[in-house]
Amino acid sequence: MKTKKLIVKSSTENLSKIRDFISENASKAGFSKDDIDNMILAVDEACTNVIKHAYKYSPDGDIIIEIKQDKSAFTITIEDNGISFDPDIVPSPDLQKYYREHRVGGLGMYLMKTLMDEVKYNSVPGRFNRVSLTKKIKAT
Amino acid sequence: MAEFNTTLKEQGDISIIKLKGYLDAHTAPVLENKFNELINNNKYKIVVDFQDLAYISSAGLGVFMAYIEKVRENQGDIKLASMSDKVYNIFDLLGFPLLYEIFKTEEEAIRKFSE
Repeated sequence: MKTKKLIVKSSTENLSKIRDFISENASKAGFSKDDIDNMILAVDEACTNVIKHAYKYSPDGDIIIEIKQDKSAFTITIEDNGISFDPDIVPSPDLQKYYREHRVGGLGMYLMKTLMDEVKYNSVPGRFNRVSLTKKIKAT
Repeated sequence: MAEFNTTLKEQGDISIIKLKGYLDAHTAPVLENKFNELINNNKYKIVVDFQDLAYISSAGLGVFMAYIEKVRENQGDIKLASMSDKVYNIFDLLGFPLLYEIFKTEEEAIRKFSE
C-alpha cells in the first residue's frame, strides 16, 4: 500500500496545486491520460465543494488530500473539518431548471460520480467530512 | 496558481471572447467580469473561443449558465466554438449541447449570427 498526502488551506487559489498533486501521482501509477484527466477534474470538483459548502469560502480551513494505492485501486480521500452535509439530498443536475434560475449546483457531484468508479461519503458532524474517490486498477 | 486570461475582439456587432489557460472556481470570476462588461455595454451577440482553453471545471461551466438567459432575452446568444475533445466531453456529459450551439470553428459561430 503506497500513500501520499497533501494538506492545503481552503482557498480556490490552491486548486491548481491540488490538480498538480493528483496529476503527478496518477501519472506515476501508470494511468492513461483520459483517466488522469478524469481524476484531476473529480478531485477539483470535490475540493471546490469543500471550499464552497464546508468552509463557506473561508480560506482558513484545512483540506487534507490523501492518495492510497494498492494492486487493485487508486483511492483519493478528501477530508475537511467544515460544515457537514447530506450527499443524498443533492439532486441530480437539471440544466433546464438551472437555465430558469440562472444558477448551477450539483454539477460537481454528478461529475465526480460519472468520472470515478466509486464515490463514498463519510461524515461525523462537528468532526470531519470525508469523500473517497476510487479508480480501479485493471489487472494486466 | 492557475493561469487564465481572456482577450476580446469585436467583429461588427459580434463580440468574441478568447479563453486561455485553466478555468476553475478560482479563475471563473475573471470570465464573469468579462460577461458583465459586455452586457453592461449592451453587447449580446457573443462567441466564446475555447481553442486555447486547457481545462474547465463545473465552476467554469456555471459562468455560461449565469448569463445565457439575460443574453437571449436581448435577442443575443452565447455561441461556443473550437473546443478540444477533452473540454467538449465535459460540456457533453452535463447536457450543455441541448442548450448551447457549439461549433467547430470561431468563423462558423460568427456566421451563424448573420443567418
